[in-house]
Amino acid sequence: MYKTKEKIIEFILKTTALITVLTTIGIIWVLLNESIIFFKEVSIIDFLTDTQWTPLFANKHFGILPLISGTLLTTIIAISVSLPIGLTIAIYLSEYAPKKLKKIIKPLLEILAAVPTVVYGFFALMVVTPFLQKLIPEMAGFNSLSAGIVMGIMIIPFISSLSEDALSAVPKYLREASYGMGATRLQTSFKVMVPAASSGIIVSVILAFSRAIGETMIVAIAAGQQPRLTLNPFVPVETITAYIVQVSLGDVQHDSLEYRTICAAGMILFILTFILNNISFWIRKKFREEYE
Amino acid sequence: MKYKLEAKNIDVFYGKLKALNNINIGITENAVTALIGPSGCGKSTFLRLFNRMNDYIDSFKLNGDILIDDKNIYEKDVFVDELRKNVGMVFQKPNPFPKSIFENVAYGLKIQGIKDKEFINTRVKDALKQAALWEEVKDDLNKSALALSGGQQQRVCIARALAVEPSIILMDEPTSALDPIATAKVEKLIHTLKEKYTIIIVTHNMQQAARISDYTAFFYMGDLIEFDKTNTIFTNPKMERTENYITGRFG
Ligand SMILES: Nc1ncnc2c1ncn2[C@@H]1O[C@H](COP(=O)(O)OP(=O)(O)OP(=O)(O)O)[C@@H](O)[C@H]1O
Ligand SMILES: [Mg+2]
Repeated sequence: MYKTKEKIIEFILKTTALITVLTTIGIIWVLLNESIIFFKEVSIIDFLTDTQWTPLFANKHFGILPLISGTLLTTIIAISVSLPIGLTIAIYLSEYAPKKLKKIIKPLLEILAAVPTVVYGFFALMVVTPFLQKLIPEMAGFNSLSAGIVMGIMIIPFISSLSEDALSAVPKYLREASYGMGATRLQTSFKVMVPAASSGIIVSVILAFSRAIGETMIVAIAAGQQPRLTLNPFVPVETITAYIVQVSLGDVQHDSLEYRTICAAGMILFILTFILNNISFWIRKKFREEYE
Repeated sequence: MKYKLEAKNIDVFYGKLKALNNINIGITENAVTALIGPSGCGKSTFLRLFNRMNDYIDSFKLNGDILIDDKNIYEKDVFVDELRKNVGMVFQKPNPFPKSIFENVAYGLKIQGIKDKEFINTRVKDALKQAALWEEVKDDLNKSALALSGGQQQRVCIARALAVEPSIILMDEPTSALDPIATAKVEKLIHTLKEKYTIIIVTHNMQQAARISDYTAFFYMGDLIEFDKTNTIFTNPKMERTENYITGRFG
């Protein structure tokens, strides 16, 4: 009896794992297939070097660079907001806050990541942009700055939580050694704890980065839908994800070249996040060895 | 007789648990004082009163006075970081920072804001010499301290404590993680250090206490049972408990 139960549970677990793996493989397979068809019509060189992305217009250009720049611009703005804030919170929680307070604040912060992103999107469009326009009159209604800032707020808990875990995982005796030498909490934090937790902190930033790259709703709502190769944060741009939404929801005919552009764009997105996740996996593995 | 350090009517609580019970003790300058007693009797707690390392424990509560050079170090106007520059500590487990040997030893100077490279270099060299490690590492000060043997790491930690020239050094079982050869080196080192420093050392090793200390305090379940010259404690203890403990009949 006991054995059959074990077997059933094992079977369920295996099936679930298998389904997950199969789904992933399925997604990659579809992306790859459609992309191959796409690249029969559009040269890869054009795709990677052309500076315009106008597949839905009469004069078609298939340069992915504007979408990549839009994606990276919003993401980098988001990281510049979330890294200093997230790291400050992490250091405060692990080095200063009483344990009880930490137990309250950490889950509260994680709510930030659980707010539906459509809410963030409208917040960026209706609150942040009008506010910033008062300071920067030339700012457009859709822009990467508001979208990036709000996205940065959303990913704060990725950085604060994971960095806090990394800081707390630093052996207690290092903190004691530093205090024992007469170091203040601030000195101990920055000279001992942060360097010792650096790999974990880097991992948290990479994960936040890859979350920001994949974020769709906020940028689709607040950053605009104009593919533009620019570093100007005040003008409308389009990210890879926003483009995919635009085409998916639009009236583009399925099984057309225009439709396949989203697979090619999706492929790029997939490759970007795949690389980032692998880097973080690799760092985490190394990090684990360091303390064992 | 004047003491370098004094504990007066010390009670320590961790929440409801009373870890130390009315301890009174005076510690002589330029001497080695050993704290002995069975596990959990409060030796570490007592030792860490002198550099206020217990302050970080939420449930910790102290009654009584700890005096260093006649000044109560638990008074409001005492800066803990200043205090710890005068009272160095060496821990049970070697705990060098994951930095180079040089950076480890220079740490205390750098956090004091000292920038003078020449000065730092000399201090690091002197500290490593005092810690009897200089000859072994002088060619490779940029090597990670974690790449050293346990005994060498512990001497890096001792050098790190010495580099800021404290007047008191607290050691909590500094040789318990070391092999006999490394232990002998550290013991010899402690012997030479007492010319310049006042040393308090916690040890579970009776021979070690007998070999290196001038005074010995025997703790038992939060009480100071006996405190005297090491010679007296080991040859002619007044309390039966002390005798039983040092002869290994319990503990
Ligand atoms: N952080 C703490 N919180 C609560 N109780 C503590 C804490 N540290 C120590 N204690 C308690 O205080 C008592 C004395 O502990 P202490 O570490 O001073 O003993 P010790 O003599 O150093 O023992 P050992 O020889 O095992 O190191 C013990 O009963 C211990 O459980
Ligand atoms: Mg102890």
